[in-house]
Amino acid sequence: MAKESSRTISGEILTRAVWESFVKLDPRVLIKNPVMFVVEIGFAITLALSVDPLIFGGVRHPGQRAYNMTVAVILLITILFGNFAEAVAEGRGKAQADSLRKAKTDLTANRRKSSGNFESVPATALRKGDVVRVAAGDMIPADGEVLEGLGSVDESAITGESAPVIRGAGGDFSSVTGGTKLLSDELIIRVTVDPGESFLDQMINLVEGASRQKTPNELALSVLLAGLTLIFVIVVDTLEPMATYVHGSIGVATLIALLVCLIPTTIGALLSAIGIAGMDRVIRFNVIAKSGKAVEAAGDVNTLILDKTGTITIGNRLASEFIPVGDHSEQELIEAAVISSLFDETPEGRSVVDLGKEKGVSRARESYSDAENVEFSADTRMSGLNLADGSLYRKGAVDAIRRHVLERKGQVPDDLAGKTETIARAGGTPLAVIRGTDVCGLIYLKDIVKPGMKQRFAELRKMGIKTVMCTGDNALTAATIAKEAGVDDYIAEAKPEDKMRLIKAEQGQGKLVAMSGDGTNDAPALAQADVGLAMNTGTTAAKEAGNMVDLDSDPTKLIEVVSIGKQLLITRGAITTFSIANDVAKYFAIIPAMFVAMIPSLQALNVMRLTSPHSAILSALIFNALIIPLLIPLAMKGVKYRPVSATSMLLRNLLIYGVGGVITPFAGIKIIDLLLTALGLAHI
Amino acid sequence: MTVAGSIGIVAVIAVVLLLGIPLGGYLHRVFTGARSWFEPVFDPFERLLYKLVGVNQSVRMDWKAYLRALMLVNFMMMIFAYLIFRLQGMLPLNPDHIPGMSWDLAFNTAASFITNTNWQNYAGEQSMSYLGQTLAITYLQFTSAATGFVAAIAFVRGLTANRSDSIGNFWVDFIKIHTRVLLPLAIAFAVLLVGLGVPQTLLGAQTAHTLQGGTQIISRGPVASLEAIKQIGTNGGGFFNANSAHPFEDPTAFTSVLEMVAMGVISVALIAVFGKFVANRRQARVLYVFLTTILLVGAFVVYANEAAGNPLVHQALGIAGPNMEGKEWRFGPALSSVFVAMTTAFTTGAVSSMHDSLMPLSGLVPFLFMMFNLIFGGKGVGLLNIVMFLIITVFLSGLMVGRTPEIFGKKIEAREIKLATVAMLVHPFFILVPTAIAVATKAGTSSILNPGLHGFSEVLYAFTSAAANNGSAFAGLNGNTVFYNVSLGIVMLLGRYVSIIAMFAIAGSLAKKAVIPASAGTLKTDTFAFGAVFVAVFVIVGALTFFPALAIGPIGEQLQMLSRLAGH
Repeated sequence: MAKESSRTISGEILTRAVWESFVKLDPRVLIKNPVMFVVEIGFAITLALSVDPLIFGGVRHPGQRAYNMTVAVILLITILFGNFAEAVAEGRGKAQADSLRKAKTDLTANRRKSSGNFESVPATALRKGDVVRVAAGDMIPADGEVLEGLGSVDESAITGESAPVIRGAGGDFSSVTGGTKLLSDELIIRVTVDPGESFLDQMINLVEGASRQKTPNELALSVLLAGLTLIFVIVVDTLEPMATYVHGSIGVATLIALLVCLIPTTIGALLSAIGIAGMDRVIRFNVIAKSGKAVEAAGDVNTLILDKTGTITIGNRLASEFIPVGDHSEQELIEAAVISSLFDETPEGRSVVDLGKEKGVSRARESYSDAENVEFSADTRMSGLNLADGSLYRKGAVDAIRRHVLERKGQVPDDLAGKTETIARAGGTPLAVIRGTDVCGLIYLKDIVKPGMKQRFAELRKMGIKTVMCTGDNALTAATIAKEAGVDDYIAEAKPEDKMRLIKAEQGQGKLVAMSGDGTNDAPALAQADVGLAMNTGTTAAKEAGNMVDLDSDPTKLIEVVSIGKQLLITRGAITTFSIANDVAKYFAIIPAMFVAMIPSLQALNVMRLTSPHSAILSALIFNALIIPLLIPLAMKGVKYRPVSATSMLLRNLLIYGVGGVITPFAGIKIIDLLLTALGLAHI
Repeated sequence: MTVAGSIGIVAVIAVVLLLGIPLGGYLHRVFTGARSWFEPVFDPFERLLYKLVGVNQSVRMDWKAYLRALMLVNFMMMIFAYLIFRLQGMLPLNPDHIPGMSWDLAFNTAASFITNTNWQNYAGEQSMSYLGQTLAITYLQFTSAATGFVAAIAFVRGLTANRSDSIGNFWVDFIKIHTRVLLPLAIAFAVLLVGLGVPQTLLGAQTAHTLQGGTQIISRGPVASLEAIKQIGTNGGGFFNANSAHPFEDPTAFTSVLEMVAMGVISVALIAVFGKFVANRRQARVLYVFLTTILLVGAFVVYANEAAGNPLVHQALGIAGPNMEGKEWRFGPALSSVFVAMTTAFTTGAVSSMHDSLMPLSGLVPFLFMMFNLIFGGKGVGLLNIVMFLIITVFLSGLMVGRTPEIFGKKIEAREIKLATVAMLVHPFFILVPTAIAVATKAGTSSILNPGLHGFSEVLYAFTSAAANNGSAFAGLNGNTVFYNVSLGIVMLLGRYVSIIAMFAIAGSLAKKAVIPASAGTLKTDTFAFGAVFVAVFVIVGALTFFPALAIGPIGEQLQMLSRLAGH
């Protein structure tokens, strides 16, 4: 999926899209799009009129057939352009689906029989609850949960990430996906889905657009477009009697041309392409949205709930300061601290060594090769080194160290408690360092906010989105990190229920809430949230509860997803506005052309000075058709979204798509008219 | 155009605003149940009415119950009026022995007055008994205004409710608007008009002997009481055929100004009421600025064209000066022009000059104002249309700021858009389709007095006026035929009730939704930027819809006139 080749529009996609544009001419398909369906009816009528121009009565004019035929052809092209836009958008999804399907084909599985033996069956025969064994080098045949074993899995077929991930029984890393490859060891897996419902199947359906349903907003917009279409049908239908009253007659083909120019064909043709492309943009961020509705909801999110650890801060606390106590110097403290951490492979331990080096104290591991490394245990809550000369170095939780020292009749310096308190109040974690029973001082461990987070939260604030940080830390620590990261609010000592309560409280105020999570205990909250982004590394329960899955397991992606949701809506609004604004110029082209025979003075409205009535009508119609393919790239890429205030964004987009939408067709129609005139087609 | 005339136009509109905005505060208090100084007067009276009618004040109605009550009352009143018009020949208070109306005229008139349109296919002094003028016409002028007004109040309640079904109690609202607003204002205004020369009597027509020795029958009657509510209720249906151009309805320039103020003040106040309900003064301010600007522009377009006069007359006959055809000398071009703009903006429909005689471009102003039907608009209905276009505007522009659209914290979804689209379809459908039928049939064209484009304008104007529930006439069209009586009657009824029903359904659906608190990402509807978009949307949608018809009508006429001028 991450492969660039499947993302760009290849020649193959285009060829298929051209073919699809014709297949989609089927009225049974097109009727789902009322605007384009009206165009198709217009096409059918003008086609009939180009065979016999007098179906609806009237008098024969020379050249009538050619004119009607021209209108019919332009209408056909208009529909084809619309179909093409949709087909291209779908085509990209289909190409991705094909590459996914390859991962799925011809898998076999070792299924455990009731007797306990294993038998080889095709993967399609697997049912929920079956247990299979997968050996190193095999493909995992179906989605499931690891019952036994631990192994590394290549999930690149799904995530595009080539680095293998560890999967094992129990905990939050027990879920495996069908179509991925086990690289090492052996796993016993319980299948959790029936055929056709697997994650891969879901993904294929999603990217292919097979299960695509109109989102609520798309539905509302379709209704408005249908309403506008109906208004213009009325406007155009009543024109002929009015013209008759002023002793004239307007040809049916011209009336249809006017109708098609006026109804919002541009947005009608591009609406579903915009939706598909929006989903596609999400997929390209390696996020699978289970529905378009979720993407749309993301644009509306008011509150973003983020876990502190791993999302706002880099996962671990790092040493940031050495604070000596008693009569020890900083130098002594650093030495003791570095020695105690020398063989400590935890990020905290590494950070102590690194900070010591920065302060000019470094010790080579080799010179301590005879020392005994004491690992951290939940019991002692300290770790360190026993040197060969019998001296002990330890670092650990302050109260554990204090007890350790007091038990051995050591002295605890008076300022230890005060300095510990200071660090805790500042949101840090204090670690005490001892040499023997001598307390040298404290290491100040600090949460490190990921670079750039503060700026992103500021952007979110500008979008009107409130960020809430969730952490298991105490209130003091939480407040400090919240301030440093620039989040709007935090919950300290948060339990899963607290998250749930927060979501419900926010929703109670009518707000939409987004959150990310991975653990099973996150599942209820993920389900409750309006946008729940589950991590692919998370449990099956979490993935099922969320309405989006992030294949890269990067919780900060929520922010991108929000932007994509907004971009989708903006694109829809911008092209609708452009489409409606276009009508102004089309009126100035067509109305004088229509009535000039009856009311010659209406020629004054022909502000574009178009050559002839026919060229005016055809130019407007051709412009109307050409604008569709010209806007396909915009529909695919989406209108650029910038986090600025709503009013300035409105003004900016109105200026481009509203005012631009009024002006562009005046120029466009004039140019087409000049071309038609130059080609000698103005009097067709 | 003269400086005095221009100042006069601005002054009239300024007075309307200065009186209307504070009145809004009072109206808001009335409909939120706040007590007023007049409580000792109103309260016992209302209690008595509630007891008589059997109203339980504490009942809260959802939109369907409210709408049912509203429709039922309207239907009963229309039947009542129809019967009076049919039977007035046999009923008392008929000193001039006026016979009953034909079925089609009675239907048209009943439909016209129940819908606050006041289109008149009859001449009041010849075809309406005093019983009809008072018990049917004046009565409906109160109740139709009240109906529109309470519809708007109930709608706004729904718009601002938070997860609730209730939009108020129709009976309480309907009684309160009468007792606390319309009756006091109308009685005071009627007394004032009597003092300024408007007759109020139940005596029959007076026969006068002229100096030349001829006799003249001078019609009179209970005029002041009708005239007061005709303006205050934005009704517009006159006692006399000549409407406010008649000296007994509008004797002086001063009374003309008073009548304009009376017709504008409640519609203007409703915007302030709206602002108070949505608890956003800036919202009201933005609407005031844009609507007032459009009203002023419209008034000055009329004034400029009328003051300039007819260039063809000037060319052919050498007569310069303002176009005085169809105008009263006592009002002059400036007052007549602002009356044209205001009577169509507020959808009153009273006329103090003949719209048929306006210059083509001046004629475009009343056309557009009626087609928009929201430049303040008629009693309540104007506000409903404003909110309807706010919803459409929010939907289009809300998308462009990257959120699914919401108005006053309520999400706008497919259901609301569907209903708003129905409301938006009412105008094009009920104006264009009947116009097309009329100009295509013998029944329709035989009533047209002027040939050519002007005749087309007359028909288009009639249906626009009916659909917008305005009631002003372009004249020049004989409306009292079965065809026009029935078609205009149906258009008036559908033009009013279809949009009220659709808007009520929107109110019901919005009332149930939770209010989403505003954030920095929310599109603000109370900014001038949004106001400009709002104007652009209704002007463009309106223009796109009616441009072809207007091109055949007033625009075509104007261009024809100009080309004739150039042809000489």
